[in-house]
Amino acid sequence: MIGLGLLNGLIVTMKAAIRGPVTVQYPDRRVGLLGAARELGMSPFQFLVKRPKDAVKAAAGFATVEDKIAQGPRFRGQDFNWYEDRCTGCASCAKFCPLGIIEIVTSPSDTLKSQGEVYNIDVFDIDIGRCMFCGICVEVCPYDALHMGSGFELGTYERKDLVISVDALRTKKNTPSTWFRPQLEETAYNPHSGESRPWTEVGRHEQPTDEELNERWVDER
Amino acid sequence: MTLKSEPVIVNVGPQHPSTHGVMRLRVAFDGELVTDAEMIIGYLHRGSEKLAEERTFTQVVTLTDRMDYVAAMTNNQAYILAVEKLAGIEPTPRGVWLRMISAELQRIASHLIAIGFLMQDLGAMGTPLMYTMREREDIMDMFELMCGARITNSYHRPSGVFQDAPPELWPRLEAFLVEMPGRIDEYEQLISGNEIILSRMRGIGIISPEDMINASITGPMLRAGGVDWDIRHQQPYEYYDRVEFDRPIMDESDNYARYLVRVYEMRESLKILRQCIDQIEPGPARDPEVPFVIRPPKGDAYVPIEGPKGELGFYLVSDGGISPYRCKVRPPSLLNLTLLREMVIGLPMAAMIVTFGTVDINMGEVDR
Repeated sequence: MIGLGLLNGLIVTMKAAIRGPVTVQYPDRRVGLLGAARELGMSPFQFLVKRPKDAVKAAAGFATVEDKIAQGPRFRGQDFNWYEDRCTGCASCAKFCPLGIIEIVTSPSDTLKSQGEVYNIDVFDIDIGRCMFCGICVEVCPYDALHMGSGFELGTYERKDLVISVDALRTKKNTPSTWFRPQLEETAYNPHSGESRPWTEVGRHEQPTDEELNERWVDER
Repeated sequence: MTLKSEPVIVNVGPQHPSTHGVMRLRVAFDGELVTDAEMIIGYLHRGSEKLAEERTFTQVVTLTDRMDYVAAMTNNQAYILAVEKLAGIEPTPRGVWLRMISAELQRIASHLIAIGFLMQDLGAMGTPLMYTMREREDIMDMFELMCGARITNSYHRPSGVFQDAPPELWPRLEAFLVEMPGRIDEYEQLISGNEIILSRMRGIGIISPEDMINASITGPMLRAGGVDWDIRHQQPYEYYDRVEFDRPIMDESDNYARYLVRVYEMRESLKILRQCIDQIEPGPARDPEVPFVIRPPKGDAYVPIEGPKGELGFYLVSDGGISPYRCKVRPPSLLNLTLLREMVIGLPMAAMIVTFGTVDINMGEVDR
């Protein structure tokens, strides 16, 4: 019968109508009066009595709660995590970046530990305005000093603000992504928990102490 | 009396929602019917093949993501297979299984996009596309768990994949395999029996199998014309000889057959995924001995694979250095487009757009 196929299709759309939405209302989800009261842990009646202004707002549909997008722990995001204590200034990341957007300037350090071993990092610029987040800089880092982050939202007025400078990298709270870092995955670390990791715990192998480095330096020469 | 008239030339695209990217069609119309069509491509040309010549073999993986950007995993796979053949690298078993799992998931995702946007071209604004996008979202989430990116994956590496899949992936994949057949039934219920779609797709856009073979058209388009050609079966790569699957063949070679072949192929991909999960073996996902910078010996290599759109392959020439001397892509989208003119002549404007949609092209791959 002609038209049966159309009706058959309508059954599908009707089913979808009652199944409920799958869309995530990023970044904010509107909650009504009941939802806003539940967020605050009150009953709707309490909410009305205690905070009438907010209750009116919520009833009018202006109350929102944050709706987070679920991200995997390996997410390759824009805020790079860098551990200065692990970095030797070898510039492998700059060398292997397919776009050449990492700039590193180093100078020999005058501390004992770094005689020939470690350099001062004067400039470490990552131009994330051109970055494609392939993560190859993280993959080639032999000392596990550079890690991807998990941020994905960024807006600036000028392109020069998109360059991450060495000072920004130094002051950042490090929540490294577990991309290409199986040692972080073994400890069930999730960067989205907001917990930061110190430099001693992110490496593939034990970091030698200053004495060991000094001994090795003496032995080699 | 004689009508004094001349053909009307209409530019469809390059900025047109139904040209799937920046494709420009210069069409000559006699009234409503197409009398001539010329495709003008190159608006998305980024010179990926030339860029590959100054990057190391592993860095080029990131460029292949951006060729067919709705099927990045299969592009990675095709490139890596060519590199492995060139350099004589033996992949680890677990890496191969993970590559197959990611490639089959990507095939489903690509066909979902093809069907959804085909319906959009037909005028079914939104509904079927949103349904297919909903399932694609599941696949993208799984890719994010596996490799941290949703579209530009760069997951495959010479000798396997860069990192083993996390344990959270497997329950999600199981749930997906349980849920997906019902969802495909839903598409079929919604689309396959619909009289409007049948009247607009059956018997339209017919092309003979001989012409398709002569124009080296491959993939679902060729199988919809009754030619049994699936590289996964005829020239098995990876472990496709260890899994069993059927090859859906249709004889009509019209728009509807091309749509149905894609729907059936999604079911076959689910079968392959199930067998991959059953057969995957523990072990390293890549060979740690393979360095980041590889220097293949002098020579060349070409490995064809069955991508979601057809035969996809990378022809690589090495001069013994760290980067390819020449990297040539065989893009299925471009070659499948070559007979578009023959397919659309004589059709009305609306049917031309539908025919264009069933070819399932991706401009990132056509122009590279």
